[in-house]
Amino acid sequence: MNDFSVINKRLPRVDAWSKVTGEARYAADLSMPNMLYAVLLQSPLAHAKILNIDTSAAKKVVGVKDVVTYKEAGTIHYGVSPARYDETMFCYDKVRYVGDEIAAVAAVDFETAMEAVSLIKVDYEELPVYLNIFDAMKEGAVPIHDDYPNNIGAEVHQEFGNVEEALKECDYVRTDKFVNKKQDGGFLEPQACLAHFDMNGNLTLYTSTQTPHYVQRTVSMVLNIPIGKVKVVKPYVGGGFGPKASANTIELAASLLSMRTGRPVKMVMSREQVFMHSRGRHQFYHELTTGVKKDGTIYALKNTCYLDGGAYSSFGIATVYYAGSLLGAPYRLPNMRYDGYRVYTNKPACGAQRGHGGVAARAAWEQQLDIIAEELGIDPIEFRLKNVREKGEVTCNDFNLSSFGMKECLEAIRDRSDWRNKKGKLPKGKGIGVACGFFVSGAGYPIYRSETFHSTAMIKLSEDGGTVELYTAAAEIGQGSDTVLTMIAAEALGVRYEDVKIYSGDTDYGVDLGAYSSRQTLMSGHAVKQAAEDVKKQVLEVLSKRLNVPVEDMDIKDGYIVFKKGQVDFSGIRSYYVKEHRGWAEQPGDDKLTFKEAARIAYIEKGTIVSAGAYKPGELGGKYKGATVGTSPAYGCSAQIVEVTVDMETGKVTVDKMTDAHDCGFAINRTNVEGQMQGSLSMGLGEALFEEVKFDEKGRVANPTFGEYRIPTALDMPNVNTIIIESNEPNGPFGAKEVGEGAIMPTIPAILNAIYDAVGVRIDELPVTSERIYNAIKEKERKK
Amino acid sequence: MKRIINLIVNNKAYEIAVLPNRTLTQVLREDLNLLGTKEGCGIGDCGACTVILNGRPVNSCLVLAVQANGCNIQTIEGVADGNNLHPIQEAFVEYGAIQCGFCTPGMVLSAKSLLEKNPKPTEMEIREAISGNLCRCTGYQKIVEAIQAASKKMKKR
Ligand code: FES
Ligand code: FES
Repeated sequence: MNDFSVINKRLPRVDAWSKVTGEARYAADLSMPNMLYAVLLQSPLAHAKILNIDTSAAKKVVGVKDVVTYKEAGTIHYGVSPARYDETMFCYDKVRYVGDEIAAVAAVDFETAMEAVSLIKVDYEELPVYLNIFDAMKEGAVPIHDDYPNNIGAEVHQEFGNVEEALKECDYVRTDKFVNKKQDGGFLEPQACLAHFDMNGNLTLYTSTQTPHYVQRTVSMVLNIPIGKVKVVKPYVGGGFGPKASANTIELAASLLSMRTGRPVKMVMSREQVFMHSRGRHQFYHELTTGVKKDGTIYALKNTCYLDGGAYSSFGIATVYYAGSLLGAPYRLPNMRYDGYRVYTNKPACGAQRGHGGVAARAAWEQQLDIIAEELGIDPIEFRLKNVREKGEVTCNDFNLSSFGMKECLEAIRDRSDWRNKKGKLPKGKGIGVACGFFVSGAGYPIYRSETFHSTAMIKLSEDGGTVELYTAAAEIGQGSDTVLTMIAAEALGVRYEDVKIYSGDTDYGVDLGAYSSRQTLMSGHAVKQAAEDVKKQVLEVLSKRLNVPVEDMDIKDGYIVFKKGQVDFSGIRSYYVKEHRGWAEQPGDDKLTFKEAARIAYIEKGTIVSAGAYKPGELGGKYKGATVGTSPAYGCSAQIVEVTVDMETGKVTVDKMTDAHDCGFAINRTNVEGQMQGSLSMGLGEALFEEVKFDEKGRVANPTFGEYRIPTALDMPNVNTIIIESNEPNGPFGAKEVGEGAIMPTIPAILNAIYDAVGVRIDELPVTSERIYNAIKEKERKK
Repeated sequence: MKRIINLIVNNKAYEIAVLPNRTLTQVLREDLNLLGTKEGCGIGDCGACTVILNGRPVNSCLVLAVQANGCNIQTIEGVADGNNLHPIQEAFVEYGAIQCGFCTPGMVLSAKSLLEKNPKPTEMEIREAISGNLCRCTGYQKIVEAIQAASKKMKKR
């Protein structure tokens, strides 16, 4: 037990009441007087030159207020990483996937805008369409982007130790291939935004985003407005999981149209447009060669990966690094080589999605490790326990594992799932499998090169001293950052949870890089904690003067001033406060001095009490090329056991039970941590068993609906036995680190390993459909 | 051509002129400003737009407003009694059944309609009742737990 008052508890979310009553407003719920509705014209072709765009008929439609193409928007390039700014608001020379944006129309209502957009005439010259990386890389293929003649947009080559030599020293070496499928974020709320450029020249953009800060910078750059005149506000957001972590075309187009028309402009994506915009999980083709010693020591790993990136880079440069850099880290692996290639194709751009870059690699390797353990005759959990790293170790690519409860995770799931009595002992058709996971706790560097703080926070006390107003630009997208930051502020300052009021997700409240790379709790948490501690100090300093008690002899806890050296006479302050607040509600009455009274005195003495906190990780990691991707102030880890039933006749897999342990450093809110684990596992289950974005031969998304692109329902997901491991991360606020993304890592390979245990077949291609298993079972029977 | 329809929504009577192609979701959100009803797909796949129509949960995006003429509708705005949350809502808050909240209104209404018909559902019956309501955030477990808790709470009352 610890003596925290607020954190480490199961408090309800700060926004639960708004959300459960339907009061919470999301971007599509917003409207303004005089508002216009805008829609996009998107390319019906996957690859073509644009010869001419004729908007004249659209402009004539009654009710149309503006029509814009690249001619009005300009062709300033943007993207996620400045090294690959390869997008423009609208296409000007060519279109690169079905859905590429060509024009936008603003009109008095949605129907009018739709009618007008259908009247825009575009002449194309069709180009060869590349729907897979092999065609795109073929000799003589037309470059999708001129600067990359072989359609390889990014390459990574890294070696730590000496893999070729090391493999020669190994007793057992094997090579396996693995491929996943392009996956969709599947968040329930389609992107929407409302832009308002006012008469004073300020742009306010309300948008469904994970990263208000990056959207602000992109809008400012593309529309050429000073950053200070662009305010991005994130209302409630209905999930993101990665694809909402960068600026999109509707944000830019609505802003442009509002600037030109002087009226608020609203845009909402349809579900089909969400699938076309994508930015979800890449397709990865991995080839892994692993070498081990007889005694089970993992000694060398060679990882080659080709990523199908789609038409633009998006987060892809980071993705291609992550697919290599995170893989070996949980184990004592001295030799690692990685060669990664991200290839452009004529499909929607892929980007970051929960477990960015590492999910397919982890699935591939953890399955291979299972095969190796079996070949060596070692129990897969014992094999992992033999190799896992511990706190304080540094990986071969210079990740510093400042806390690392992997061993504890493995032992916990082994004992809680009754592994020893089940592994290898279940009847045919039933199986159990294990796997580990690993992830960053916040990217160590911003996406653009800068010395910027990653998170800032501000606290202001209300004049009566009773309410703590916390301002942060962190992005609550459902993951619970508002709740966690409120709890951190309350704990660090010593007030009650309900005394803190949070304002977040607005670029006017500070700088925060946003909700991606599992960074809000650690990074924004640090900034908030610092601001809260500073406010505490300010209040205690004033009190110290008034009462003649040294600051060190006082503390604030649960909303009261604590006098460490025995009771102090504060009756002067009490009667002063009562006099100040004659007739107000909530007069202090008990025998303890309240924080409220002290804060009021501080206000009377100094004016509004404000404080600021700021956090950046500082220099981290190695010096080699690409060392910035994967480097983090802390690393989360996890282990999972899955039990399945496979129907031998049909190949259908049912996941019966999941036991998951995650080391989140320290759980600020235990309910939220479990929620992140359970949500991650369900996304992993979907990706393992049925999620796949499919394309027809023309490059159109063939299943752009939740009817055809199936995500897990309440009937697919079993209950999870969630185990929280707390390793007390020294670089995290109160010891906390990530849980949002790392938790997905072990799910897919644990399912794959359980399927093998059940029916004796290895599947190296996701999703594991009934058909795939059925065929594998038949194939195995034939070979017998 | 607009047609006049009559709806009872959250116990209040409305007379509205609507175009025949307008969905119930659109009319609730845009004409009646009941924005708690969410639209996640518009074609009946996600359940975010669930409302209770004449006692049954329906995807309001699949119902034309004119078809609802004369019907009694409950939306999420009509579930709480003033400032007092319904026991299902209380349980959702307490059990952490809410993350992004976009599926929440629909989930609450599906749960409510289940518990009205079947006050003591099994876990499987709960899972079946909400299987048309997609949630990408929670993995459903805490939602199921909340509905179980609400069922117990409501029995006691
Ligand atoms: S919006 Fe009606 S079911 Fe999705
Ligand atoms: S809470 Fe986000 S979809 Fe259910």
